[in-house]
Amino acid sequence: MLRTTGLTKTFEGGVEAVKGVDISVEAGEIVGFLGPNGAGKTTTMRMLTTLLRPTSGTATVAGHDLLGDPREVRRRIGYVSQGGGVNVMAPLADELELQGMLYGLTRAAARSRYREVLARLDLAGLEERVGGALSGGQRRRFDIAFALLHDPRLLFLDEPTTGLDPQSRANLWEHVRSLREEHGVTIFLTTHYLDEADALCDRLLIIDGGRIAAEGTPAELKAGRTLDEAFLDITGRSLREEAGV
Amino acid sequence: MLRDTWVLFRHSLRATLKQKLGIVFGAVQPLLFLVLFGPIFATFGTWEVLVPGLIVQLGLMSMGLAGFGVVFDRRFGVLERLRVTPASRLALLLGRVLNNAVTMVVQTVMLLAVGFAFGMRVPIAGLVAGFVLVVVLGASLAAMSYAVALTIGEQLFAPVMSTAVIPLVLLSGAFLPMSMAPGWLDVLSRLSPFRYVLEALRDLFAGHYATGTVGLGVAVTAVLAVVGLAVGARVFNRETA
Repeated sequence: MLRTTGLTKTFEGGVEAVKGVDISVEAGEIVGFLGPNGAGKTTTMRMLTTLLRPTSGTATVAGHDLLGDPREVRRRIGYVSQGGGVNVMAPLADELELQGMLYGLTRAAARSRYREVLARLDLAGLEERVGGALSGGQRRRFDIAFALLHDPRLLFLDEPTTGLDPQSRANLWEHVRSLREEHGVTIFLTTHYLDEADALCDRLLIIDGGRIAAEGTPAELKAGRTLDEAFLDITGRSLREEAGV
Repeated sequence: MLRDTWVLFRHSLRATLKQKLGIVFGAVQPLLFLVLFGPIFATFGTWEVLVPGLIVQLGLMSMGLAGFGVVFDRRFGVLERLRVTPASRLALLLGRVLNNAVTMVVQTVMLLAVGFAFGMRVPIAGLVAGFVLVVVLGASLAAMSYAVALTIGEQLFAPVMSTAVIPLVLLSGAFLPMSMAPGWLDVLSRLSPFRYVLEALRDLFAGHYATGTVGLGVAVTAVLAVVGLAVGARVFNRETA
């Protein structure tokens, strides 16, 4: 579903954010992408979602070449950015309709499709509001709804639960799980919460300093330690301090 | 790409029409000049000279600030969300610019209507030709405005643009024809593309169609359109926008 070889990104000014990353995600997996702030998580995510052009390396995303065929990649992936993409001033229904139509749906199809997705995420009826009238948890689920309108096979979630209260987090985890269980969506997510990684992910990749530092199931990585200890051993930095937890 | 442009145009038009007052407010400044300054100008000049100037002022102010819309879309992540859809990034620009062109049409009609009420008289062919010129100018300015907004960022955009617009309006000769200016100011104003567009517009409103001034104004407008869309498209395509 996702395969990269030697992916790098050097920004203008010479900052090497990503120094050669090999990632492989199979269909139906939920894979967590962990790392301290500045390790290259979001840069990698933005490359995989066609927002940033890699400096070197190759990637196949959802069956298409990332560099050669970004438009076909965009048709097949969903992306929820760290900050989300809900317009706080516009009615959500209008925005959802636009989003669906940009994936080639007719107006009628876009409407019936977003109703279906909203129902799945327990958001039915809220689309008449403007984005600013939503709670944090609702807004995050709307972010996900936008990313699901075209029924993508692969979903990228950048820090999906940062800033949410514990109930909203648990609720969002349920939705993420059901996306995989009931709809077969492959999920690649970044997180700062190790309990989230532990509870949600089949497999974890830990990136540090622009390179993959470790890879395995949560149990393999823990090897008798807590996941926090494992993470600190691997990256040598305190994730919790940086996440402000 | 045409379909994406159309879909995005309809969407932004719907949002604009929800804020009808916004369209009116965008035209308030030139309307004030027309009502509170026009009668003085008319004692020595003509409405057919003043109104084209105020239309150019309208274009610079209203379309020059069009980029403000995209500032919020970027801040809320809407732009990035749209950039991950298969919609072409040129369509993301063109859909907005078409919507701005509609606003420009409505505002220009308002200005012309008040001008007519004061006694301006323009031959229909000149009016139509002038209208086309003005809408193309407005669309080019809107496209450039988006490019500026996405380049200099939201903190600087409003102060920079609202300041930049003033010398551009003055140097175009919007309020008083540049033929009245001293030599150095006349030379300076020749560096502004808007002077040529405005002089062409005045010729068209006066019923002079096949003049060198009109030809030059049309050529300058065409160049502005090409440059505006090229720069706008480049910025919308840029990675970090």
